[in-house]
Amino acid sequence: MAGLLNWFSQVGAIAKFGLMSIPQRRGAVSATIIGIAGVVLVLVGVLSIAAGFRRTMLASGSPDAAIVLRSGADSEMVSGFGRNEARLIADAPGVARNAAGPLASAELFVIINLPKRSTHTDANVPLRGVEAAALAVRDHLTLTAGRMFAWGRNEVVVGAGAAREFAGLEVGGTIKVGRESWPVVGVFTANGGVAESEIWTDARVLQDAYHRGDSFQSVYARLNSAAAFAQFKDALTSNPQLSVKVLRQSEHYAEQSEAITRLITTLGFLIAFLMAIGAVFGALNTMYSAVAVRTREIGTLRALGFGNGAVIAALMIESLLLALLGGTVGGGLAYLAFNNLHAATMNWQSFSQVAFAFAVTPQLLLQGVVWATLIGLIGGLLPAIRAARLPIAAALREY
Amino acid sequence: MSENTAGQSALVRVEGVEKVFHRGAEDIHVLSQLNLEVPAGQFLALMGPSGSGKSTLLNLIGGLDRPTQGTVHVGGDRLDTLSDRALAAWRARHVGFVFQLYNLIPVLTAERNVELPLLLTPLSPAERRKHVATALAVVGLSHRAKHYPRTLSGGEQQRVGIARGIVTDPTLLLCDEPTGDLDRKAGDEVLNLLQALNREQGKTIVMVTHDPHASARAARTVYLNKGRLTNEPEQ
Amino acid sequence: MRFLHLIWGNLTRKKLRTALTLLTVLVAFVLFGFLSAIRQALVGGVELAGADRLIVRHKVSIIQLLPVAYQARMERIPGVAAAVHQTWFGGIYQDPKNFFMQSPVVPAEFMAMYPEFILPPEQMRAWLATRTGAIVGRKTAERFHWKIGDRIPIMSPIWMRKTWEFDLVGIFDGRDKGTDTTALYFRYDYFDEVRQTQNWGQGLVGWYTIRVKDPAQAADTARRVDEEFANSPAETKTEPEGAFVQAWANQVGNITLIVAGILGAVFFTILLVTGSTMSQAVRERIGELGVLKAIGFTNGQVLGLVLAESCLLTVLGGGLGLGLAWLIIARGDPTGGLLPMFFLPGRDLLLGFGLSLALGLVTGLLPARQATRLRVADALRRL
Repeated sequence: MAGLLNWFSQVGAIAKFGLMSIPQRRGAVSATIIGIAGVVLVLVGVLSIAAGFRRTMLASGSPDAAIVLRSGADSEMVSGFGRNEARLIADAPGVARNAAGPLASAELFVIINLPKRSTHTDANVPLRGVEAAALAVRDHLTLTAGRMFAWGRNEVVVGAGAAREFAGLEVGGTIKVGRESWPVVGVFTANGGVAESEIWTDARVLQDAYHRGDSFQSVYARLNSAAAFAQFKDALTSNPQLSVKVLRQSEHYAEQSEAITRLITTLGFLIAFLMAIGAVFGALNTMYSAVAVRTREIGTLRALGFGNGAVIAALMIESLLLALLGGTVGGGLAYLAFNNLHAATMNWQSFSQVAFAFAVTPQLLLQGVVWATLIGLIGGLLPAIRAARLPIAAALREY
Repeated sequence: MSENTAGQSALVRVEGVEKVFHRGAEDIHVLSQLNLEVPAGQFLALMGPSGSGKSTLLNLIGGLDRPTQGTVHVGGDRLDTLSDRALAAWRARHVGFVFQLYNLIPVLTAERNVELPLLLTPLSPAERRKHVATALAVVGLSHRAKHYPRTLSGGEQQRVGIARGIVTDPTLLLCDEPTGDLDRKAGDEVLNLLQALNREQGKTIVMVTHDPHASARAARTVYLNKGRLTNEPEQ
Repeated sequence: MRFLHLIWGNLTRKKLRTALTLLTVLVAFVLFGFLSAIRQALVGGVELAGADRLIVRHKVSIIQLLPVAYQARMERIPGVAAAVHQTWFGGIYQDPKNFFMQSPVVPAEFMAMYPEFILPPEQMRAWLATRTGAIVGRKTAERFHWKIGDRIPIMSPIWMRKTWEFDLVGIFDGRDKGTDTTALYFRYDYFDEVRQTQNWGQGLVGWYTIRVKDPAQAADTARRVDEEFANSPAETKTEPEGAFVQAWANQVGNITLIVAGILGAVFFTILLVTGSTMSQAVRERIGELGVLKAIGFTNGQVLGLVLAESCLLTVLGGGLGLGLAWLIIARGDPTGGLLPMFFLPGRDLLLGFGLSLALGLVTGLLPARQATRLRVADALRRL
């Protein structure tokens, strides 16, 4: 016990020398801190794109809601049903009902070109035709400006994300559909979900405008409970009149976000890994110089009987402290710069834009700190070992 | 005395020199109203207690520093009005330095160290090699040409330093405590060498030292005290 | 070059430190090369777009189809030299992850419109003679190990919802390094014939490419095309190929900005690390620099020595890093198909070398100034 205490006081004494010498080598020290901060900033920044995109996609579907597509279709774009099939789906067991009937919305999904506000170049914006039940099928759908479109009229409401990203999408604006101009009468939010990137109108109005007859592309349904999904799915897939694919909305959106999330995450890690290697070299440089500056003190301490282990531990503590400081600075900067930064990108599966916000999550920040710690550990270990191995006599002669 | 008559024989002429250093608000008068003439071919020892301004005076003569007031002539050149650039060129051509701590470049071999001043001349690599070989032969270190400074003894390092000082064949050799860091035997060797350079090659040497043993080798000794020169040590 | 010994000697003074700094710079330039290749893959098409080509699509969105009859009307518009059409096929080869583009085209006029696709004449003849024939770009052929004579099954969820089979009669190469050679093209007459049997979609195509007679008149020609079809059920939007590709890249996001941001952070970091190492290196040998000055080195020469040292370090690290990046990139697209044109352009390679030199100058400048400002007398005293 006394030995351990003694050891700790040894470590403390050496670490104190180290920390006190920081002003003397502030250039190298701040370069290390900023270097590590840079790694964490880029890592957290890039991964926050993926996290934000994923958050938007996952916020879109609750487990007690289902989406039905034509069998073989992996997105609404290539799916299609007739009116009768849509009715069969809506009437299937497991679908929740209210006074107006089943909570199922047969929908159309098309794309229109609108200029992005940020680049002024055209982007594919999703235009969705919905039925009355659409509002009950989705969670947290709230009008934040204007009013709902009138059924049967050439009017649209737009998601808050779409309103933010694309020109002309504000209450009072219009969109050109074919040769007509349809007014935007309202803006809605959907808990940050993908619906916020869409423009909505009455499905029948859209059918007419696009000469789609009485056809739909998907059915969105609210189920009695999350557990009712199996019953609903079995009923549809065993119905010989239907050839459909049934997914929980949460699964559907997770599937849609997978490719892009994977791409960004892979690239993000690769970039951060390379940067981290650079930062390790930087940290090694600083800690070697820290050892060099203090060769004499360390030699003196060891001549006085301080142990090798204490020297190593003290230098590791110093290196870790610098790394943690860098990690914290980087994480903080990433949070300030990127959290909630709005952007829109292409969802390749639906061939259309998804508006989302970068998300600097606690997990990402933790990940950043872990990286910083690792850099500090690696950057501190070798110089610490060198310091411990220095022959005492030689160390005392230096300077 | 008029400039013309005195200028003929004196290689170094320091007239009315003042040197003031500023430390914070305080002015430190290191040299005041100092006059010194060193005839060509003389071996002069400059003595005095530490802080007396010996090195400052040496720096003024070597064109490393400028006086606050007064003039410094070496050869035909007036140094105190030259630009930094011109001074550098002048040093490269006319003066060799020998330092107390040798000041060799640790990453270069002895011959590369000696070659350094020649890099500033238009000499070809072959000509440079020839000059380096001659200088090393003069100091008796031809066999150590490929050695790095850390593998040489202090005396050897100082002889390499002297070789570097004379490789461009300057008229003036300035030595700042050349034996200050050496033991008696090595110091004697260095002093022998300086004496030989003075006698056989006619080098004018100004040597700062506080070692009477060293100053005894010089033809003339002057004493610097509180910024003033005397011909006798302070009692 | 007479100072090379001195510069090299200074660099090797602390070998570990030099090696670590070199590696830091190296890593930065591996990243630079890698990100340049990503940027090139995502937005490089803009530079390669034909200046004399326009893209005509449905005004509402590219997924809406245009009548094939527009082709003849376009070709009558003054300023239009030729018009060809393509149609999004959206086919899946074995697995949706094996993405590449397919389109039905009219072979002769299509290949005339895109001279950057190089197809051997005998393969062109075979294509003209084979109704179910298809040609594919070199990249995709190599990716799936296809050979001429193979039968390629492609399932289209859009067209007929069936698996189409094509006879591979040709493999085309790209004229330029950045030419996209991932697409598969098959014959429009075969495509439309099958559509007719199902009475669905016949006579409709996805979009047109127009060659204009005079690129200087491209904007006027585009306007005339759109006017021709104004107030019809299928209005058009016509824009230069470059603008079309740019808009497409913008849909993904502002890639250039993101890449620039990341590289900015990387280089700022490297600048600091290398700069602090350099100034430490200079501080350690202030005395030696003083000696050099005493010997007669001018301020300019001392500045040059320090700058040469830092530049040698960064150019060496930069060159090695770019070389390594080039080797990594030459192994191909790391995402498996999402970045079809993944390569390091020569221009970025040059830019990288320039940057490494600039990095050396910037990191060396401060310590070099420190070295020259130094009064010799002080420097010697500090020794």
